[in-house]
Amino acid sequence: MWIYMKKLEYPVNIQQPNLPMAKALMAQYGGPDSELAAGTRYLTQRFSMPDARCKATCNDIGTEEMGHWEMIGTMIYQCMRGASLEDIKAAGLIGYYTIHDHGVFPCDPNGVPFTTAYIQCTGDPVADLTEDLAAEQKARATYEHLMNLTDDPALLNPLRFLREREIVHYQRFGECLNIVNELVGNAGLRYSRMGTFGGTPRCQ
Amino acid sequence: MPQNELLNKISQLQFVCVELNLYLDTNPTDMAAKNDYLCYGEALKAAISEYETLYGPLMNFGHSPTDTGCYVNDAWPWD
Repeated sequence: MWIYMKKLEYPVNIQQPNLPMAKALMAQYGGPDSELAAGTRYLTQRFSMPDARCKATCNDIGTEEMGHWEMIGTMIYQCMRGASLEDIKAAGLIGYYTIHDHGVFPCDPNGVPFTTAYIQCTGDPVADLTEDLAAEQKARATYEHLMNLTDDPALLNPLRFLREREIVHYQRFGECLNIVNELVGNAGLRYSRMGTFGGTPRCQ
Repeated sequence: MPQNELLNKISQLQFVCVELNLYLDTNPTDMAAKNDYLCYGEALKAAISEYETLYGPLMNFGHSPTDTGCYVNDAWPWD
């Protein structure tokens, strides 16, 4: 169960249309390393995490990612708000406009729709947490690319905040991986025997 | 406190709580962090309550019992 709070995690207030950035920001709305990929990845991996601390981390970071997804959606919406058809054509968004108008659709900057093929859930906590660590670094790199594309503080400030969150999440997932490795070492288990189907007691 | 100022205060307190929550997920026995979390959680609760009394509900599903404003019609975060 989730409760909605009618506010953003960090304020976004973009007053001028900026279609090139609207297009670029789609990387983080529906691209392979997007906030949507992050949120769905962690929220679905949490079910098979073998330790309460790892369940909590996947649950809570996954929840925070949904708040980040909302921030990116807000940024795209505000960057497109009030734009003319000429601007849309000039920014190479004619294909996007034809299908989505000013709607905010989860696709990447090239219009490729979001797919869960971007994420994995192997049920193996070491494999899943290692993917999560990579995901945070890929998202950090994408945020740095986005920050290179603009000098508008209205865009840079939320991007800076979101980039910083990737670093903190990377830290927390690193601690989760240490926890799982320790459990495996203490119990003398193979990674593949940690889950429900392994036949061995679950590490709690 | 003006609406925007109070909302910013809520965001700041909420950020501290998010950070401490994530830290406590992997470090649940850190009592100093736990105390900070409880302390900032109380401050957050008080700020939300003050905001909702003055400006209207922030949350859905029964978590914002206030007569002020309207959950449906008050501005959405992307407006």
